[in-house]
Parts: sequence; C-alpha cells; structure tokens
Amino acid sequence: MNWVAWQMLTGDRAKYWGTIFGIAFGTLLISQQTALFVGLMRRTANQIDGVREATIWVMDRDVQNTDEIRPLSESDVFRVRGVPGVSWAVRYYKGLARAKVSDGRFRQVMLMGVDETTLVGAPAEMLLGSLADLSRPDGIIIDLAGFEYLWPGVEPRLGQKLEMNDRRAVVVGVCKAGAPFQTFPLVFTRYTRALEFAPPERNRLSFVLARSEAGRDVGQVCAAIDGQTGLLALSRDKFFWRTIGYYLRSTGIPVNFGITIALGFIVGTAIAGQTFYLFTLENLRQFGALKAMGLTNGRLVLMILLQASIVGSVGFGLGMGMTAAFFETTKNVTHLAGFFLPWQVAVGTAAAVALIVVLASLVSIRRVLVLEPAIVFRGAL
Amino acid sequence: MIATYDNATPSGAGTTAMAVQCHGVDKDFGDGDTRIQVLHAVDLAVPSGELSLLVGPSGCGKTTLISIIAGLLDPTAGDVSLFGTSRSRLSERELIEYRAVNIGFVFQQYDLLPALSATANVAIPLLIARVPRTTAFARAGEMLDEVGLADRADAFPAQLSGGEQQRVAIARALVHEPRLLVCDEPTAALDARSGQTVLELLRRVAVQPDRAVIVVTHDNRIFGYGDRIMEMADGRIQRVRVRDGHAAVAPEEFPGFDPPDAPESQQP
Repeated sequence: MNWVAWQMLTGDRAKYWGTIFGIAFGTLLISQQTALFVGLMRRTANQIDGVREATIWVMDRDVQNTDEIRPLSESDVFRVRGVPGVSWAVRYYKGLARAKVSDGRFRQVMLMGVDETTLVGAPAEMLLGSLADLSRPDGIIIDLAGFEYLWPGVEPRLGQKLEMNDRRAVVVGVCKAGAPFQTFPLVFTRYTRALEFAPPERNRLSFVLARSEAGRDVGQVCAAIDGQTGLLALSRDKFFWRTIGYYLRSTGIPVNFGITIALGFIVGTAIAGQTFYLFTLENLRQFGALKAMGLTNGRLVLMILLQASIVGSVGFGLGMGMTAAFFETTKNVTHLAGFFLPWQVAVGTAAAVALIVVLASLVSIRRVLVLEPAIVFRGAL
Repeated sequence: MIATYDNATPSGAGTTAMAVQCHGVDKDFGDGDTRIQVLHAVDLAVPSGELSLLVGPSGCGKTTLISIIAGLLDPTAGDVSLFGTSRSRLSERELIEYRAVNIGFVFQQYDLLPALSATANVAIPLLIARVPRTTAFARAGEMLDEVGLADRADAFPAQLSGGEQQRVAIARALVHEPRLLVCDEPTAALDARSGQTVLELLRRVAVQPDRAVIVVTHDNRIFGYGDRIMEMADGRIQRVRVRDGHAAVAPEEFPGFDPPDAPESQQP
C-alpha cells in the first residue's frame, strides 16, 4: 500500500507542493536564521577563539566580555608568571582606536597589541606580508574586511598608511581573521606600539595570555592564578562562553532571532499541517473505503506517515538547499564571511522539521483513526 | 416479461445454504434522550447464488443493516453470521481480515481513488491482501476485461463516465473473489440506461453459486433484476419475496414496486 500512498500524495499536485512549500519555508527560516544567530554570537568571541596559543586568559575580576575591559597593571604579567603551573604568560592589548586614512576620513578600529617577542595573539592566517614584518617601524597588520572598509575599492596591498593617535602606521600585512561583533577593522601590532596608538590611561594592559604547563589541569592552574593574584583567570573555552553568555543575556538579539525562528516553525507547521490535513479531509471517503475493504488502522497510519515523511524529506531538502545556497553565495562577500551552516544547526533543523511533520500528520492520523468505515455508505449514520 | 415472486420467511430457514443470517439484530444510536432505535429485532437470511435486493423508503434502516452485515458497524443486540461464522466470535482484527477476504463493496459514489488509474483502483483489494503489485495489476486487468473496460485500463476516474466508474468499482469489488458482495445504491448516481447496464453486469459477473450479492436500493427501475426482494420499513423486515417460476405474489402488489421488463437473458 506504500505505492498507493505515494500515488495518492503526488496525484494532488497542488497540495503536494503546498505542503512541501510549507516545510521548505520553515526549514529555510529555521536553519538560516539559526545559523546567522550562531555566527553572530561567535563573532562576539572571535577574538578569543583567534588566539590559539594561549589556554588561559587573565583579566580583572569585573570583566564580562572581551569588549568591556578594565586594564591591569603592567606588573600583573609578572605575578601571573610566578604562579606554579604557568608555562608562560605575555601581555595583550585590546581596545578601540580612531584611525585616520590619507584622505582625511576617520574610522573606529579594534586595536590588538601582541607580545613583542613571541607574537602570541597575532593572526594565524596571512594573506599578504608576514608576521615578522611587525618588527618594521610603524608596522601594522590589518584584516581583509578592515582593509576593504578603510580603503573601499582599493585592491588589498601593502604600504597603505593611516594615523592613530597622531602616529603614523603602515600596513605591512593583510590577514584573515574572525570578524568582531562590531564589524570594526582589526589592526594587529606589537604591544608597545599599540600603547602608542591607544588613548593614554594609567593602566593599559588588557589581558595576560598564559599557557599551563604540559600535563597540568587548566582549571586548577586558573584557580591557582585566581588565588595568588586576585585576578580572574579563565580557560579559553570558559571565557569564550562567558562572552557569548553576556551578549545572550544583555542584548535583544536572541529574542529577535528566536521570534524569527519560532515564526519559521509556526508558519511551517501551520502551512504544512493545514495543507496536509486538507489533503486528508478530501480523501476521507477514500480512506473510509480502504478501511471498509479491510485496510487496518495500523497500515493507514503507516500510509499517512509515509506521505508526511515524503513531503517532510523533500521540503527539508529544498529548504536546506536554499540555506546552503545562501551561505555558498555569501561566503566570498568579505563582510559576510564567517557565517556558515554548522552541521549542528542542520541536525537541529531536521529535528524541528521532523516535529513539524509529526504535528502535521497527527491531526490527519487522528481524523482517519476515528473514521467509521461505514461513512462510505452514503455519509453519516 | 414481468418477473414474479413468492413470499418467503425472512429467516430463510429450511432453504438453501445461507450466506448471511441475522438473528434479532437491534441497532441504537445515541444515549439517553437522544437515543434512537434504528433496527428492531431484524431476522434475515440471504442465500448464496442469488442477487438480493434490500429495499425500502429512505431512513428505514437499510444502510444501517447493510453496514452491520458487512461488519462495518456493531449491532446493539443480536448476532450476524456470515457463511456460518458468527460475527460475535470474531475479534476486531479478525473481523477486518474476514472482511478483506470475504466481502466486496460497491459504493453509491464509487469512491475510486482519483490519483489511481482504473487498473490500480481495481487492484486495491489485492494490494491490501499484500499480493505483489505486478500480480495484482495483471489480475485487475483481467477483471476490467470482464466488465468490458479493457480499453480504459489506464484512464483515471475523472476521465470515466459515471457508468464506467461504477463498472470499475464492481471490478474492484470482485477482483479478490469475495463470497459476499455488498452494493449500496449502485445505480443512484446513474441514468436509467447506465443503471440497467450496471445491474446486468452484476447479474452476469457477480452472481455465482458460492457468492451472495446484496444490493441496497430504492431505485424501483432495477427491482426486476433481483432474485429476492427484502422489504424494510421502520427498522424491520416487512416482507421477503423470492422469484421463482410460479408467482405467489404479483410484483405489482409490492409497495412502490414497478419492475421493468427485464431482458429474457436476465431471467434466472
């Protein structure tokens, strides 16, 4: 009877495609919006994720995320180095600076000062130039999106100049780096030079980046740093999620995305459910005839579930295809780079679509289960 | 030539092997103040090898009785036996299986699946019985040939006339060779000519020595095709008359009964 179920389903083209459209629409909204949301949240912590060498971030106890910084004393790096279990610890500057390009335009940039000798915190992937060029006078490395933002229409190249805090900076490298939440250009330079570009403050050390000794538990080393220095030491993962948690709690982003995702689910369920139910209603007499002819409720339910699974699978495939096409199209757009469809989102969307299909078919199944086969004898008895 | 009929006892006791026997069948709908008794202690017997007509005015309980006989409704009281098997001894599942194997249905509105071709529609009872699709389709093709629709095998219901659809429905009802064929107002949606064709087909194809055919109708144009006429009124069997060579009761005495001249070949 599976063949009959398939024929019944595809025989009514309008409802077949209507149900598929509902599911595809729901899939597109759920997967695309969730992936965008995940991408956006990742951006809030990209600067943590980008520093692969350090396993421990040390900061003031009040710090809640990477963008809200209370500077430490310069000597704090030595105190961290003195904690047992710490393999190494270096200074790291992170702050906002105002950059002026040669034609007089101003742009806010995110300035990162990396350790002078180890270059811990420097970008991992260079597109032009090399990290070693940071030792050149006034040398800075800028991310590709930042370059295009500061010099629109100019092919990425070395030697471009800008000013920060009345000091000259020369682009000695263009890198690929995870975009920040605020979309500001990322400027990497050596720590001491970053302090020259940054506005004057008494304390200016943003973070101490450290690594635990091999074989030592990172959590225990963090606890030791906490206890010995009075500062807050977090593993990279903890600081990553602490930052994301801050934006989840403190902004309306989750609510807005949540509403869109919920709408996708509700509209998808409503369209698919209503169309599928109409399909069942219109075939009710035929279902009654099949029951009269000896088809059991169990096999009827299997027929309906098969029909629902078919429209669910096709709808999911189309919707996911549209989402994939969106990210495939935008992946080469610099300012949208970094947004992608994580497999976890695809799996979650599949689960949501499965739920939509179940909800859509439940009403139909119930209607068919309570259907008296005697209905085929001229309607109500 | 006008068919003639004899009176018979409703229970049919003492006659040929009975396909259907109803004993004291009651049927109520609703509860309390809204309770309506539709059938009142119905006793009835339908033998194999005959085309029996269940006739009566609208609302007299024909459809309810036929639904109970076909195992689609449970009686409130009494019992129904089909070919010696008591309905009350069958579980719900056994009843469904029994129905699938032993009963064929022809509905007033044909109830063909619009998305399926005539062949596929006819094959449905075999597919329900889990017969392989190729085998089922081959048998369905033969059945369509038998009802004279071999050249319309690939047509969909919407492409068929009402008479053709009903012939497809008859082929569907007979394809699995059931022992009881139940037809509910098979001519109600058809014009006189098509209705006559359908009844001729039923007599030619469906009536077999080991098969009983029950036709529910109030279409007096087809009364002449019945071997047995069971008249219902107010939820009771009022009278049963059997056609034989010597008429005990003239058909004209049957209320509203005006049988057409049936062709000679149609007379049993």
